[in-house]
Amino acid sequence: MNSNQLQHQVLYMRRSLFDQGYLDSEQLIQLEDLQDDANPNFVEEVVSLFYSDSARLIQNIEQTLSNRPVDFSRLDDILHQFKGSCSSIGAKKVKDACSQFREYCNAGNAEGCSRSFQLIKQEYETLRRRLESYFQMVKQAKAA
Amino acid sequence: MATVAECSKELHVLAVDDSYVDRKLIERLLQISSCKVTAVESGTRALQYLGLDGEQSNVGFDALKVNLIITDYTMPGMTGYELLKKIKESSVFREVPVVIMSSEDVLTQIDSCLEEGAEEYIVKPVKLSDVKRLKDHIMRGEPQANGKSGLLKRKLIDDIQASSVPLSFSSSVACDLESSQLPSSLSSPNCPFKRPKLL
Repeated sequence: MNSNQLQHQVLYMRRSLFDQGYLDSEQLIQLEDLQDDANPNFVEEVVSLFYSDSARLIQNIEQTLSNRPVDFSRLDDILHQFKGSCSSIGAKKVKDACSQFREYCNAGNAEGCSRSFQLIKQEYETLRRRLESYFQMVKQAKAA
Repeated sequence: MATVAECSKELHVLAVDDSYVDRKLIERLLQISSCKVTAVESGTRALQYLGLDGEQSNVGFDALKVNLIITDYTMPGMTGYELLKKIKESSVFREVPVVIMSSEDVLTQIDSCLEEGAEEYIVKPVKLSDVKRLKDHIMRGEPQANGKSGLLKRKLIDDIQASSVPLSFSSSVACDLESSQLPSSLSSPNCPFKRPKLL
């Protein structure tokens, strides 16, 4: 693809992320506004942090869910953290999945929590894939 | 008479947040707003830095220059609220404005922070406009000497509450009073909830 086509791809992917509800446009723009010549990769750095943070939180949820009796209070704490970082990068679908999990948590519904957890993992993996493709395309377009 | 702080003066901010993502974010938000930032991951660390943890008798030279403390509310161990209380109990740091950040938009939580002396309560995610506004607010009300005009501001607010007659005063104190007359209802999640400081 030539430079124009690459730019087009970037815009298309970006638009899709917003339209399909994966990312909050306002929050992404907020993050992009924090980038400058001295900090040209800020958005990717934050997103990287989000990945490692999420991996840790997902592991914590996994562990806590497997303990008996289920510690709903601990789960709620973890989910609060997860929701927080989702909010900071504008990860809408993952955040909504977290909210759903918390509702089951508050109701003491372990089965519901497990199901929501599957959804969280699914949404997280999808977002990660989409973001990695997007940032790769951004790099390619910049290089062209 | 307190004057408007010089624009060249750099604000030194102590940022406290247990989230890696949010810490990176607040650090960048403050840096881009020309503030010097020290970011720590807990209330305990913050107290250590300020020399308020009882272990160190000497507070670091840098820590003495902290002009603003911005802290997350919900943190494991010590909450932002508990940190706020400890700072307000300190004779050295009680005049340093403390701002609380939180993803929770709960009125009772907001109320208790403001009553404990928090300067502002910002709902996350924190935006660049929040930091800019905060910085302007702090720079305007910057005390000349340790806590002197801070006390003056509080006394004037007290008088106003008692007499409900507008007083004339210097511009920096006027700014503070204007903000204290904002309506007490939250108009939007990202609006700071401001009320006159309670003594």
